[in-house]
Amino acid sequence: MSPRIAPALTALALLLATPARAGEMWITNELDDTISVLDTDSFEVLRTIPTGERPRGITFAPDGTVAYVCASDSDAVQVIDAETGEILHDLPSGEDPEQFALAPDGQHLWIANEDDAVTTVVDVSTRRVAAQIDVGIEPEGMAVSPDGSLAITTSETTNMAHWIDTATYEPVANTLVDTRPRDAEFAKDGAELWVSAEIGGTVTVFDVATQAQKTQVTFAIPGVNDDQIQPVGFAFTPDGHTAFVALGPANHVAVVNADTYEVEDYILVGRRVWHLAFDATGGKLFTTNGVSGDVTVIDVEGREAIQTVKVGRFPWGAALRP
Amino acid sequence: MRHAMAGTLLLAALLGANIAFGANLAGAEDLAVPVAYLRQEVERPPVLSDLDPVPGDEGVQGARLGLSDDATTGRFLGHDYTLSEVDVPVGGDLLSAAREALAGSRLLLIDAPAADLLRVADLPEAQGALLLNVGAPDDSLRDGDCRANVLHALPSLAMRADALSQFLLVRRWTEVALLAGPFAGDQAWAQALRDSATKFGLSLEDDRPWDFQGDLGRSAQSEIPLLTQDFAEHDVLLVADETGDFGRYVLFNTWEPRPVGGSEGIVPVAWSPVLENWGASQLQSRFADQAGRPMRPKDYAAWTALRAIGEAVTRTGSNDPAALRSYMLSPDFELDGFKGRPLSFRDWDGQLRQPIAIVQPRAMIAMAPFEEFLHQSNELDTLGRDRPESACRAFAP
Repeated sequence: MSPRIAPALTALALLLATPARAGEMWITNELDDTISVLDTDSFEVLRTIPTGERPRGITFAPDGTVAYVCASDSDAVQVIDAETGEILHDLPSGEDPEQFALAPDGQHLWIANEDDAVTTVVDVSTRRVAAQIDVGIEPEGMAVSPDGSLAITTSETTNMAHWIDTATYEPVANTLVDTRPRDAEFAKDGAELWVSAEIGGTVTVFDVATQAQKTQVTFAIPGVNDDQIQPVGFAFTPDGHTAFVALGPANHVAVVNADTYEVEDYILVGRRVWHLAFDATGGKLFTTNGVSGDVTVIDVEGREAIQTVKVGRFPWGAALRP
Repeated sequence: MRHAMAGTLLLAALLGANIAFGANLAGAEDLAVPVAYLRQEVERPPVLSDLDPVPGDEGVQGARLGLSDDATTGRFLGHDYTLSEVDVPVGGDLLSAAREALAGSRLLLIDAPAADLLRVADLPEAQGALLLNVGAPDDSLRDGDCRANVLHALPSLAMRADALSQFLLVRRWTEVALLAGPFAGDQAWAQALRDSATKFGLSLEDDRPWDFQGDLGRSAQSEIPLLTQDFAEHDVLLVADETGDFGRYVLFNTWEPRPVGGSEGIVPVAWSPVLENWGASQLQSRFADQAGRPMRPKDYAAWTALRAIGEAVTRTGSNDPAALRSYMLSPDFELDGFKGRPLSFRDWDGQLRQPIAIVQPRAMIAMAPFEEFLHQSNELDTLGRDRPESACRAFAP
């Protein structure tokens, strides 16, 4: 090899090592046993990846190399190579895993086992169960605090948020919330915990230090019956000042000011909107619409839906590949 | 390893909950919530087919699952739920059994025909207790014969009939014919279908009694076409056959190719094994694991009754029947019944308002109420007797 082209080849090798790939939004299709991978700029479906049965919750390792997917009816969390889409192996997840949260250490996956009234903690490196914790009936939402010290499981039929010490795996408190709690997310650098209640129709904001309710966000859309407004998934803008809340069969996403807790806007999306995730810039939001089988792309700045993308049957979870 | 919730954590839980727990704040003593399930067994008339026997534990299995769901919540809050089951054989002494059950528990699920239910509700021992009806669908119990101490977890006949009428109107099958069996249950259901047809403006083109004798399993092919040949023109044939006797043989044997509904074919139900949306599959699998069979409407009624008690105890921290009744009838009460909308009690007749599923044996067809039917306060009240139509006065403040 001539010394002149060697540096050029090195540069090429570096380029190949970190290819400038499109931003990818991964969508789990609950009733198709697949993942649709969307280009976050062109909104095209780049590829469709087969999974285990009834894929729901999805998240990525912090380095983006693998995706973790709850294959609920296969009773497994599957680890998928983000590059090839190949299923590398399963993690022991407990029965019927629905949602999970990866601790900030990237090592511990906290899994809600919906059919088993248990939260399972799995070490993703050793692939071993680190702990199982008894919680209420139909555990659903999972969150781990930004400092990694506290984990939250919500249980849909028991109507509680269970606060678990991640060091001891012991619950430290169980607080009642409104009917059928779904998602839990920490906000304000871990100072607040937000919990949505699907049948209650509310989002409750807790002060984490005291575990006391701070306030409650309620929703009202003209022309939509109150009992159809069912908050499910929600996500905060990167600056943390705004929350977007999926309202299920109300077919709208609410825009909530996270500082004043006022609802500022409602955006019409597809039917039965479940979950949502932002692209890398935070400028676009992708919502999964279960009944209409599509994804709505929302322009965050303009607060309007700009595109609908057909995916598989009953799209459920959404995660941006880092 | 599995970490059980420790009792010492109770105090933290209670302080965190945004609710006053009164005496239970001490955290030391559990609040006892004893519930009884009283069943009057009934004679069942023989039916033509042996394909679908009624399980002997229908209803009570739903109560057991509801108890176990409540107990999980109770474990975190120091509420101790128990269920005692009392079966009264045909011809047995129901009132003595009821007195005994009420002595041990002021919360009573009752699975009995309407007349028996009223005899229990009117016992001096039942005054101040809270009864939940899980077995009698009669409209009269929600109307002129209502009792202040009885709430109804089972939907009324009118609610189910209205759900079917709404479906027929949405499909524009507005001309109906009716074939009604001879038993009291058939007659009551037929009358509910007639009343509902009038309420929603369906046209009842023909109305015949079922009086065929013989083994239809062998002769349905030849007899049903002849029987239905001279029916007036209709879009859909309604069959009132609540014992499951002849209705199954009517499908696909009618003279004209017509859908069948009512007790067979397109059926309005509180619950069915085919429900899987709105989280229903979780309830289905919990029930099947426990009972070893699919969940039936009466099981669902008993489950909702126990869950309603549990929800009221959880939110009030009380086991007092009056306090629980008052909370259940208040606008604050809501129950997740896995049917997509919150369930609540009507404060004019004690009926649990709920969506009604329109099902066929293999799938849910639709869920009533339908968006085409508007209501000024709650769309669920388009099903069954609404406040202005009700003759019930026992719930008046």
